[in-house]
Amino acid sequence: MAGGEVAPTLTAEQLERHFADIAPPLTPDAALLEAAKCLFCYDAPCTHACPTHIDVPAFIKKIATGNLKGSARVILGANPMGHSCARACPVEVLCEGACVLNDRDEQPIKIALLQRHATDYALEHELTLFQPGTPTGKTVAIVGAGPAGLSCAQDLRRWGHAVTVFEAKEQPGGLNTYGIAEYKLRPDVALAEVQMILDLGVTLHTGVAVGRDVGFDQLEREFDAVFVGVGLGATRRLGIPGEDLPGVHEALEFIEHLKTHPYAETSVGRHVVVIGAGNTAIDAVTQAKRLGAERATIVYRRAADDMPAYDYEYDLAKRDGCEFRFHTAPKRILGVDHVTGIECVRTEPGARGADGRRHPMDVPESTHVIECDMVIKALGQVARDDFARAASLTIEDGRMISTTSGVFVGGDCANGGAEIVNAAAEGKHAAAAIHAYLQQTGG
Amino acid sequence: MADLRVNFAGVESPNPFWLASGPPTNTYDQVARAFDAGWGGAVWKTIGEPIINVFSRYGSVDVGLTRMMGFNNIELITDRPLEDNLREIAEVKRNYPHHAVIVSLMVESKREAWHEIVRRSEDAGADGLELNFGCPHGMSERGMGSAVGQVPDYTCQIVEWVKEVATTPVIVKLTPNVTDVTYIARAAVKGGADALSLINTINSIVGVDLETFAPLPAVGGKSSHGGYCGPAVKPIALHMVSAVARDPEVRVPISGIGGIATWRDAAEFIALGAATVQVCTAVMHYGFRIVEDLLDGLENWMDEQGHRTLTDVRGRALPNVVSWEDLDLNYHLVARIDQDKCIQCDLCWVACEDGAHQAIRRIDRREADNGRRGPAVEIIEEACVGCNLCAAVCPVHGCIAMVQVPNDHPGVTWRDYVAGKGTLAPRSEHFHTATWSPRG
Repeated sequence: MAGGEVAPTLTAEQLERHFADIAPPLTPDAALLEAAKCLFCYDAPCTHACPTHIDVPAFIKKIATGNLKGSARVILGANPMGHSCARACPVEVLCEGACVLNDRDEQPIKIALLQRHATDYALEHELTLFQPGTPTGKTVAIVGAGPAGLSCAQDLRRWGHAVTVFEAKEQPGGLNTYGIAEYKLRPDVALAEVQMILDLGVTLHTGVAVGRDVGFDQLEREFDAVFVGVGLGATRRLGIPGEDLPGVHEALEFIEHLKTHPYAETSVGRHVVVIGAGNTAIDAVTQAKRLGAERATIVYRRAADDMPAYDYEYDLAKRDGCEFRFHTAPKRILGVDHVTGIECVRTEPGARGADGRRHPMDVPESTHVIECDMVIKALGQVARDDFARAASLTIEDGRMISTTSGVFVGGDCANGGAEIVNAAAEGKHAAAAIHAYLQQTGG
Repeated sequence: MADLRVNFAGVESPNPFWLASGPPTNTYDQVARAFDAGWGGAVWKTIGEPIINVFSRYGSVDVGLTRMMGFNNIELITDRPLEDNLREIAEVKRNYPHHAVIVSLMVESKREAWHEIVRRSEDAGADGLELNFGCPHGMSERGMGSAVGQVPDYTCQIVEWVKEVATTPVIVKLTPNVTDVTYIARAAVKGGADALSLINTINSIVGVDLETFAPLPAVGGKSSHGGYCGPAVKPIALHMVSAVARDPEVRVPISGIGGIATWRDAAEFIALGAATVQVCTAVMHYGFRIVEDLLDGLENWMDEQGHRTLTDVRGRALPNVVSWEDLDLNYHLVARIDQDKCIQCDLCWVACEDGAHQAIRRIDRREADNGRRGPAVEIIEEACVGCNLCAAVCPVHGCIAMVQVPNDHPGVTWRDYVAGKGTLAPRSEHFHTATWSPRG
């Protein structure tokens, strides 16, 4: 098999269908019916399950009474990323998983779709839901315009602090803009949500990398506080021969390319192999399939039950016709000018490691080759040591920590990589801590 | 931002949402928590000579998945000592000086008894008094509650006694268990009432246990008629509020009560003339927290509609409440079915065919263009009388629209038509349409 074969490009109509909303919005009638089913629990489990503790029964009640503006305000006040979360949150393990109707052997309330219904209304009508607070004269620099930084910015502005955000990329939004599967969240939608926050009077500098274009020490000197929400760094390396061959890509780069170009401009091989089995790996394998790959295969060295990906993501990939090779470890990427395959061995569970998981052991005499034209590595990302050094921050267990007075961290860089909703919650917690800090430091 | 403040017959309130007299206003702790949650006022659970209550007091009418669509009770007035209530009322007033605290009163029909309870309530700091002439159960058998409120002379007499000593506004709470509430309203105003509140609960039995034949709510296998309330009674209350608000002999502020659960309900009461609204059942169902959306929803609606204050809204629907004989007979309405939305349940067809005016045609699906997805029903426009029944039964919101069909006949009311003025536009062709000629 010759390397580098490219799958035929699908028609525009096929591509549009493949990347359309995976969960279409509720009609107004369906939203009213669904809202009417909510029991309006007191001290509700769904609210507890949400890291940002959106008052779910309150916003659903407001949909039922026709108060959509009030509903959107409840959502976006608690979670400035409430719209992208409605589309991309793992609700099965959060709010909807906690719904009391599950215990009555019923389907849970469709909280995500209701949340989208209310926030769609706010975005479509360009509602002004919040006002900036009375100016305090205090200034805060935010490094990184991702979900954590923007959530932090919203609350700081509502308290009246001046906020300047520095973003290395050309567009704000972080992974909401560049890294969520296209069928869940499109960049224009992510940017519309960002705009609501910017409209509170946030100064945004894009294309400005702190550490390269402006020194971190300069921010510390010129602002009363600094929030660091820089996310994670490069994808982990496999550390096997052939890793740098043409045709080997990083999952986030692949997804970003897809999301920043017309669909037809992202070509995929006839057979695409994705290494890793987290949620990003699923995003990569399904989108490769939806771009037209004839086969798209996940290679994972442990068992299906060990996959970090959520169950419904696994189901989605299976429905898309993706293949899974469990207990399979890549040893060498084959090819001369381009990838032609991966040499793998089979594995079996060995002794338990420090993390309690059984370490996969190579099975002797099990070497085999999976032929492919494209390899996508989805092995998780490493912490940003470079940034940490430049900013005098420490990294422990892959998490960035600040011990500097007036410097706060949150989001993926602080939690090692989690959901949008976790980043939003941490951004808000940081805003509260910064607000308290600025009040203590006086005028 | 809309301004929700209200001055109700001299009682200042930060917003129009008051707790009605009932279980939620039984103690200091409840009222304080309610004010903390955002309620503008509270009418204290009726005080008087303490009574003894029975066990099992409430009955619920559930409709499908909706719990407590209607609700009834056989609970009486407060069973707490008068001194405890008065001490707690004073405490609430001390800690919440800007909220409206109204004390509901019911004592035996003796002048001295009323004088004493009025003085003691006002000494405790009540902003106003609400005379409970409405409870339909328990107290009425003792000559109080609706036993007073059903007789105009008694109503007038007791209001007069109260007004002899009262220095705060006196609100009379009316019972709906009368043939025409306006007679009682006029009697209360004649006696000197500063304001009215309505409706109190409606006489009811919520059901019967078919194994024990005990009426519900059962007390050892027996029950008594009780007071009905909850969302089910809202239309009755809206009518009575509008009737009192339109009555030229009743020119006092009205506090609307009856099935209010959402800001929309409240807005409707205000549009029909209420200055404040009182809520009980919805709080008994969901807690004081519901006031947050009552306030938020009403404010957002007023902002969107450009209403600055509640007086901009109050009574706005009243001019549109008219006698039947003043309705336009030439206003022609027909149903239209959106075939793209129709799910082919045929409920509209059977409702119209058996229950109304035989104006829907059922189409054999085998003959339809598109197999099962062809139209199943269609309106026979020449037979349709525009009654709304099909739209009411249709389970798909917006599938059946009621559409006005213009005609070139000027409007004509029954009043004009029988006086020989105006002509009727052609009516729907219906087999029992009467031909009728005006006299003279």
